[in-house]
Amino acid sequence: MPLGIQHLLGLHGVSENDIQLILDTADNFYEVLQREIKLVPTLRGKTVVNLFYENSTRTRLSFELAEKRLSASPLNFSASTSSVKKGETLKDTIRNIEAMKIDMVVVRHSSPGVPYFLTQCTDAIIINAGDGFHEHPTQALLDMMTIRRHFKKLAGLKVAIIGDVLHSRVARSNAWGMKTMGMDVTLCAPPTLMPQHTDSLGVTVTDNIFEAIEGADVIMLLRLQLERQTSGLFPSVREYRELYGVDLEKLVNVPDHTLIMHPGPINRGIELASNVADSERSVILDQVTNGVAVRMAALYLLGGGESGDEEHV
Amino acid sequence: MKKHELLMDSTALDRALTRITHQFLEKNPDLDNIGIVGMQTRGVFLARRITEKINAMEKTSFQTGVLDVTLYRDDYRTAFKQPKVQITDIPFNINKKELLLVDDVLYTGRTVRAALDALTDFGRPKSIQLAVLVDRGNREFPIRADFIGKKITTLKNQEVALHVNEIDKEDSLWLMQLEEEN
Amino acid sequence: MYKKANGQTIYPYGPESPKPAILIKNGRVLDPENAIDDVLFVAIKEGKIVSFSTEEPEEFTPDTVIDAAGKWVTPGLVDLHVHLREPGREDKETIISGTQAAAAGGFTAIACMPNTNPVLDEESKIRYVIQRSEYCSCHIYPVGSITKGLEGKVLSPFGEMVKAGAKAVSDDGRSVYNANTMRNALNYAKSFDIPVMCHCEDPDLANNGHMNESVVSTRLGVRGIPSISEEVFVARDIMLAEYTGARVHICHVSTAGAVQLIRWAKKRGAKVTCETCPHYFVFTDEDLETYDTHKKMNPPLRTPGDREAIIAGLADGTIDIIVSDHAPHCAEEKEVEFDEAAFGVIGLETMLGVSITHLVKKDHLSPLDLVKKMSVEPNKIFGLNGGSLSVDSTADVTIIDPDATWTVDPSLFYSKSRNSAFEGLSLQGYAATTILNGKVVFDRTGE
Repeated sequence: MPLGIQHLLGLHGVSENDIQLILDTADNFYEVLQREIKLVPTLRGKTVVNLFYENSTRTRLSFELAEKRLSASPLNFSASTSSVKKGETLKDTIRNIEAMKIDMVVVRHSSPGVPYFLTQCTDAIIINAGDGFHEHPTQALLDMMTIRRHFKKLAGLKVAIIGDVLHSRVARSNAWGMKTMGMDVTLCAPPTLMPQHTDSLGVTVTDNIFEAIEGADVIMLLRLQLERQTSGLFPSVREYRELYGVDLEKLVNVPDHTLIMHPGPINRGIELASNVADSERSVILDQVTNGVAVRMAALYLLGGGESGDEEHV
Repeated sequence: MKKHELLMDSTALDRALTRITHQFLEKNPDLDNIGIVGMQTRGVFLARRITEKINAMEKTSFQTGVLDVTLYRDDYRTAFKQPKVQITDIPFNINKKELLLVDDVLYTGRTVRAALDALTDFGRPKSIQLAVLVDRGNREFPIRADFIGKKITTLKNQEVALHVNEIDKEDSLWLMQLEEEN
Repeated sequence: MYKKANGQTIYPYGPESPKPAILIKNGRVLDPENAIDDVLFVAIKEGKIVSFSTEEPEEFTPDTVIDAAGKWVTPGLVDLHVHLREPGREDKETIISGTQAAAAGGFTAIACMPNTNPVLDEESKIRYVIQRSEYCSCHIYPVGSITKGLEGKVLSPFGEMVKAGAKAVSDDGRSVYNANTMRNALNYAKSFDIPVMCHCEDPDLANNGHMNESVVSTRLGVRGIPSISEEVFVARDIMLAEYTGARVHICHVSTAGAVQLIRWAKKRGAKVTCETCPHYFVFTDEDLETYDTHKKMNPPLRTPGDREAIIAGLADGTIDIIVSDHAPHCAEEKEVEFDEAAFGVIGLETMLGVSITHLVKKDHLSPLDLVKKMSVEPNKIFGLNGGSLSVDSTADVTIIDPDATWTVDPSLFYSKSRNSAFEGLSLQGYAATTILNGKVVFDRTGE
């Protein structure tokens, strides 16, 4: 069964079948990553542009690695070295890049909706690598892959996502995807860092961390941007750590099987204590490994073929 | 697509595999240096049976490797929908091995071409020998099989279908006929 | 003559243009001020209405006879909220193109907002607009700024601006942030009996948002502009209106809470009027799923509940008038990232059709109510003489075909800009003929 989506713009509205297919495929790519030669020729001749308007070394590296492992030709375009500063519009930029005959675009941008915008100005296949506070679908997929590899299932698991939900595309993508996969999602943040309107998200919302982590199979922390303090959204880092930071003390009553996740980079000692981040529970580095597999799966499933019948081999 | 002709029943199928097993062992008497790999999907079942036959005859405990060649196919850019990527699992080191690659049907030779590329990415076997249950001709690549269960002549609008106990509740090999287009 | 591919034509106009004798027959005359809703003959001569009667007038020899069978004949429509962009951004709109768009939309008068470059904040700049309007296809009533340079600090010279032709003051585009400055402006405006048009938005609460704060903004990840950012300043300004006794006109009402506040203020006798725009009674924030920058404006499209409250406010008279908030922008400012895109949509050439389709045809307003909101009340708010077809009044007349169906195609607009939220929409009703000072300035068929 082929993928029902043409681009990967977000997980909102993506079907359970599609998520399942991406995760299944990613599991098989995970095997490729264990080989001595971690390279398959599948995307040979395909050019993938990594269009990064926001700094994100790890997401870009993960995509670039995924592209290289599939034998695609990555082309890196980052805002700091580009014509952006000369004032070229996004539309002109993408049209210029498209004129170089490219096949796919992986885009990271601070403005929500940019990946959708790009689908309107180019024929290339678009993969969203994070747009504003909107979505970061491959992050949520790698999170779900990590959870599924660990628990061998997704449906019925309880996940607590804790931190700056208001400014988090990771929280949103995970909320959509996990809900679709039948998981029980609780979002936890101080009310100032929680969107005013969460009724449509279909998740449990709380400002009490103990409520959130009670019975949770997975505790996912979000990175706290320290500049949120200066804009008056929380009074002090100390108070934030006290109320929402996860340390061993807060985990006393949490069962042994509960996983700790973080999309990275971690503010050690703020949202997550070091001895928790480095504990047995932590699957933070698995998330990084799985990220490459999930991105290979997305590139593979979206990037093939023009048209015509499947050949007999 | 409808069943056109029974090519092998379960007895014939088992005999063919037994013969292939014997031929392979005759040619590769050094049991320390052999390995068996089946190609996804149906080749895997045949490879497992050959492995069981060897283990039974020689009191050995070989495991069957499983190879998926989807990522090595040459039709990725033209196929309308992406074929499902399946598991590849070769639980032994293939370096310096006399490898037996097993598939159900040899036709254009393209899948075998992909398999050879894939296997050489895993290491450098001493040799790769190909066993197929059916060689139906119509090759597009210069590839031949070392061990063949049955050789038949087919038309382009026909297909060969292997049924195995594990999936289809019976072992049989069928020549299938595409429905006439009106 | 400026004819479009579909036949619609703008005719030249000037003070010296001949003013032929026109007889409009068979039309359904809608004149709320004279309580008329009847098929009548309307005779126009030398720029004045000379008679309206059930029988064909005797001793009247028309140069032109307009058969308005099946159409409405109404006092000229007035749009009190238009951004003409001249001076300063003539690439987006000019006084000429904007008034052509107005005539094509059925308007015989528009009010232009002062947020041009330079700002209309003194007598000479008001005079410039008035002079430029002389040869335009509709009357222009400039709105002067409340504060110099829209900076919210020093009051603009209301008296001199009024003398030069300004009919109201506004800092539209932003609020007067300081409540005491606003109080002073209201007190000062009383001397000239002009309305103060309030753009109500608390910039702190608006928090650099780009769409309504709601479940949709949460889902789309777009920074939200909460409805309270509008309501907090509506509350402030209506209370100041009551306290000072000045005339306050609340611009572009978009939220249920604002409608409620204004209803309350009117009940208490405050001299408060208000307006809304077609996009607020047609669209909601749910129409932004595809980050369509042509639906980005300020205030933003709100929730379905707000939309219902706007329609209810129009129906019960809380909302006095409909305006376009015509805000032209060039493509470069709209074909960009959603949060980089300029706020504002054009509306002069769609407002009538949208209002007929979504208010009259859906029985929220009667045809007479619509004429009140688009002609009678705007005239009253600005203290103008128009808004009726009384004998001897200026012959500003709009002939409307309420049943014509058409599809919005911005490439046929007279406006220089194309940023319409209504592109592709199928509408019923448009201005068939616009008569300014007794002269046909626009005709849909160009015959």
